[in-house]
Amino acid sequence: MILVVDLCYRDRSLSRDEFVAPVERLLGRIGASFTTRHYTTVDAPEVAAADAVVLCGTALRDTGFAGHPGRFEWLLAFERPVLGISSGMRALAAAFGGGTEPCCEIGMADIRVLAPDPLFAGKETFPAYELHECAMRVPGEFIPLAASDRCLQAIRHRSLPLYGTLFHPEVRNEWVIERFLQLVETVQ
Amino acid sequence: MKLGVLFSGGKDSLFACWKAMQKEEVACLITVVSRNPESYMFHTPNIRLAALQAEAAGLPLVEVETEGEKETELQDLERALLAAREQFGIEGVVTGAILSVYQATRVQRVCRELGLWCFNPLWNVDQETYMEELIDAGFAVIIAGVFSAPFDESWLGREIDHRTLDDLRTVARKHRITLTGEGGELETFVVDAPFFSRRIAITEASKAYRNYNGVFRIERAELVAK
Repeated sequence: MILVVDLCYRDRSLSRDEFVAPVERLLGRIGASFTTRHYTTVDAPEVAAADAVVLCGTALRDTGFAGHPGRFEWLLAFERPVLGISSGMRALAAAFGGGTEPCCEIGMADIRVLAPDPLFAGKETFPAYELHECAMRVPGEFIPLAASDRCLQAIRHRSLPLYGTLFHPEVRNEWVIERFLQLVETVQ
Repeated sequence: MKLGVLFSGGKDSLFACWKAMQKEEVACLITVVSRNPESYMFHTPNIRLAALQAEAAGLPLVEVETEGEKETELQDLERALLAAREQFGIEGVVTGAILSVYQATRVQRVCRELGLWCFNPLWNVDQETYMEELIDAGFAVIIAGVFSAPFDESWLGREIDHRTLDDLRTVARKHRITLTGEGGELETFVVDAPFFSRRIAITEASKAYRNYNGVFRIERAELVAK
């Protein structure tokens, strides 16, 4: 079971259809079973039952989640596959001590793959949809996987299947989420 | 949160408005009227009837005109959003964007400039589900413009009911166009919505059609009891 985490400004918000529902639809289409929780209501039994986690993005002005780092501390001990998308990458990186720096990208950007990884295997560059105000500094335990001309675009933990993408793979790059699910199966 | 809905009179913006009403406070509708029929951002058929739709919805309308030039359209959009913020104190904007990164990106950028939230409740929606939901929720939508093969004149003015949707499915499959027409293949006009207190009755209309390009021009319309 995949735990989908909604990081939007409140549970069942107007942003949910934009940032969470497209991920849910994709998981449903692939046939993955999932449950969705708002980040403020994620509890220990759900985390324990999850085979993997997808942390969804938020609206550009929606950074409320970043004010509640304690809500994401469970990621430190999770150790199973995680995909943090945009704001989700920020929450993942922050849990491991990664800071942010201003970098606004809105719209399509060219992504360059920097390091070999199953998530981006066979790809050197690809266009991706961006919607963010900040970029992440790579936390100590992570390596950079991809970048745009402006900033870091993807990271992975050195030894665990924890991923973050600053771009939104659910828009025009669904293959990234499909590959992440393949990794989930491999880990299982 | 007080929101303004970027509003074209078509199904997507009014459905997005309905979605927004269920979660936040919609304070006004915002229309950018383009004088350019080739407008990249703001479509044109029957946009002048936006005031009638706003009245049916019981919402104030902020209307700004644009020459419809590709680059100045954004300044006109900014002007419209500023007016909506000044008059109604909006904190965010709602759009009916579904797949158009071009459209969504431009609105996102203007919203950022102005410090406004941006909501796209139909973003990446499953188009089948959306069209079914639109009809089942009680939206009455007519086809107000066709701009692509194989749409002939008979499509103009047709209401999108389940039968029309079946026909659209066939066309969409065969001609590889989007079911919602978001690629600009067709334009729509909403004559009734679940939040309209009265519906729009079209009393006089004309069709102009040539070579897979046509508009259903509403000459006269009025609000009637539902």
